[in-house]
Amino acid sequence: MSEHVFGRDDVAPGDESPIGEKILHGIRGYVIGLALAVLFTVISFTLPATHLVWAPGVPVALVVFAIAQMGVHLVFFLHITTGPDNTNNVLALAFGALMVALVIAGSLFIMSNLNQNMAPMNVMMNMRH
Amino acid sequence: MSVADVAAFPHDPYHLRRAANERDVAGPASKRIIAGYGFWLFLLSDIVMFSAFFAAYAVLLGANAGGPTGSQIFDLRNTAVETACLLISSFTCGMASVAVDARRRGWFYAAMTVTFLLGSCFLVLEAREFASLVAQGAGPSRSGFLSAFFTVVGCHGLHVTAGLLWLLTMMAQIFAKGLRADILRRFLCFSLFWHALDIIWVALFTVVYLFGIQQ
Repeated sequence: MSEHVFGRDDVAPGDESPIGEKILHGIRGYVIGLALAVLFTVISFTLPATHLVWAPGVPVALVVFAIAQMGVHLVFFLHITTGPDNTNNVLALAFGALMVALVIAGSLFIMSNLNQNMAPMNVMMNMRH
Repeated sequence: MSVADVAAFPHDPYHLRRAANERDVAGPASKRIIAGYGFWLFLLSDIVMFSAFFAAYAVLLGANAGGPTGSQIFDLRNTAVETACLLISSFTCGMASVAVDARRRGWFYAAMTVTFLLGSCFLVLEAREFASLVAQGAGPSRSGFLSAFFTVVGCHGLHVTAGLLWLLTMMAQIFAKGLRADILRRFLCFSLFWHALDIIWVALFTVVYLFGIQQ
């Protein structure tokens, strides 16, 4: 926080910097982002076909690469960074990520729990009589 | 809070009363920051909505009711081409942002045109996939798995359609009204929207297609 100065400007999400940056610098960021995103996409699509990863671990590897690619998109395309001028944007993102995790993990947990504890369908039909 | 701040403001190191006497009072943020931040909040809420569809898909992945499974209906080559279209269109949208920042209208129109063409290619590929599935009798009413599939992929497709209409509107507005501050704010929101669609697509091709094809 050593560069934290009051009276500084915040930065809107999508904007790279409050001061107009050089064109080449802007293009370079997008090129790096595209290269990393292509790399992660190619890995995701080819990984299940190769046997580099233990088969039951493939879904975990795919999730890891997807989250990495989302991070690349956030940093290089949406310019959500860790700088002090981006605090509001990052906090909103953290809250959104919390909601997404709750919805997905909660749904999967509840539904698998119900599946395990529910009697099989033929038993249910007999219970009515 | 740095040492320098404490040294510069020994009686008020946390700037609690800074508005009273200081020259560097920031005041309200600029409209561009407020508009961008508000749109960012909307995008996050949109992503939360998509997370519910993703959860439904993950739960219903095995519920194919005797109908086709993911490995029987998904064509990963088609998905890969769709991914390439959307990823490169996200890049060209970024190029349009750079062109706007540099006030180069010609580059802006060129980048936006390429973005539009790639987005249209994506939509055509998706529409063809949907049409062939329905023709095979694997429409959304066939099973819970296919209902969830058409919901999550179709919802993303609707977003892309809206994005393409917005893209044309932005080109027309910059053509007719020039690079005014309010138009630039709208373009900022559009570029955020387009990049966010690509983020959702990353989750989509991983969860829907790469997980689905293992079923």
